[in-house]
Amino acid sequence: METGRSSCKTRIEDHPILDFPARKEVTFTWEGQELRGYEGEPIAAALHAAGIKVLHTSHKSKRPRGFFCAIGNCSSCLVVVDGVPNVRACTEKLREGMRVERQVGTGPAPRARE
Amino acid sequence: MSVRTTELVIIGAGPAGICAALEAASHGVKTTLVDRGEELGGQLIKQTHKFFGWHKKSAGTRGVLIAKKLAGEVLNNENITLLNSTEALGYYDDGTLLVETPRGIDRVLGDRLIVATGASERMLLFPGNDLPGVYGAGAVQTLMNVHGVRPGDSVLMIGSGNIGLIVSYQLLQAGVRVAAVVEAMPTIGGYAVHASKIRRLGVPIMTRHTIKEAYGKEQVEGAVIWELDENWNGIPGTEKDLEVDVVCLAIGLTPLAELLWQCGAEMAYIPELGGFVPLYDETMETTRKGVFVAGDVAGIEEASTAMAAGRMAGLSAARSLGKVSDLDYSRLRNEIAGELEGLRSGPASAKILSGIAKMRAMLQSVKEAAAVSEAEPANRPAKQAASEPTDAGDLPKAGARDSEAQGNNGSKSEEAVGA
Repeated sequence: METGRSSCKTRIEDHPILDFPARKEVTFTWEGQELRGYEGEPIAAALHAAGIKVLHTSHKSKRPRGFFCAIGNCSSCLVVVDGVPNVRACTEKLREGMRVERQVGTGPAPRARE
Repeated sequence: MSVRTTELVIIGAGPAGICAALEAASHGVKTTLVDRGEELGGQLIKQTHKFFGWHKKSAGTRGVLIAKKLAGEVLNNENITLLNSTEALGYYDDGTLLVETPRGIDRVLGDRLIVATGASERMLLFPGNDLPGVYGAGAVQTLMNVHGVRPGDSVLMIGSGNIGLIVSYQLLQAGVRVAAVVEAMPTIGGYAVHASKIRRLGVPIMTRHTIKEAYGKEQVEGAVIWELDENWNGIPGTEKDLEVDVVCLAIGLTPLAELLWQCGAEMAYIPELGGFVPLYDETMETTRKGVFVAGDVAGIEEASTAMAAGRMAGLSAARSLGKVSDLDYSRLRNEIAGELEGLRSGPASAKILSGIAKMRAMLQSVKEAAAVSEAEPANRPAKQAASEPTDAGDLPKAGARDSEAQGNNGSKSEEAVGA
């Protein structure tokens, strides 16, 4: 699979100090495109591994925004997950079947949930 | 909303918060430890390097292993209730800490509070600093050391303090190229041992240099660096264009002190300590009685001092709750004070020590001013208005919410479990 290959380059396989244990692979979508990542890793890590860095655009001039602090401080990486805006991609865990979209500015108003 | 009552609330389960919790719990204090992350250990969970520390404490141990050990001790301690994946939202005048847990919003009421919220990364002004690919040094560590993802192919590191040097080495370990480390100061900021390590691997460390701009259409495609003159202005003609896809900012940290502002603790801007910090005494207590601090939020240092300061805060909180005998208290206090002194004995600690001295002088004048206004009844109303913003009308309301919430507690949490 195309995206599977590109994610291999950015994933660290051998590290002199750290071991990254095998994790369960899941499928999710980014802007409608199917991607694979590891269950429970932050959405931003899975996207970064797939080479996707622009996650959000600024409110006013719509400049590209991405990952910055990685610990939920800065709101630079806000995305829309399953229709819900303002989800921090750097802390939200990846799940099977997640529908993730780039958030433009403030994003869509959240739809009422049943 | 449920209400949790406890003797001591600690916000932040990094090295400072955990050591505060372990110390307080060892004296029998019922402690609630709140952390936004799922994993315990704060920023230690991404520190693969060995700590210098103090000879007794963790020296030569990698941060990731220190985090594991501390987390194990917390989980096995029956006096500590852990609220992880829980964000502290705000602190109210009646002593309520509002938290957002994965199940909803709760109130935590503690007799004492320790704020150990740590720090956030500083930003640097340059064209293109908002492009994806400009990352904080902590973010780069999180991405590669916790999640196993390389931040990019080639990195420009801004700042040659210990964080900049160590993260450069970690990038090389992860198979990422480091094009250069630039440092605006005339000398390298961090330890020579870290600088030599990356120089031996061919990374140039360029002092008196800084970034002029980062460029790229949608993300970083390159960066221009240039040399600085004595007045910190870029020298035209010295520009170098680097082909990098990541610009990593390692230009220091600033305390995450919002909750302390909310508490009404006296704050002061002390550059040596990293920005606005609370005024606090030797026991780590702020000017707000019963509110203590430890770790980077009290002034930017490193994990070993944060652990010792955390113990001091935990001991002081336990002492103020009447849980520590005079004899034990003076013995432990001297022991921890000695440890802190040892950790701060190197030449790199001169700045911190002068910052702490400055902060203590300010604390002294605040205390003296308070004593004067107490002695002069004419000043009283003004002082009360300033330091006790809660008017009487607020308190009964808070109490009413309290009992109401407690009444609902049982059914609410059952509901949450059932769902």
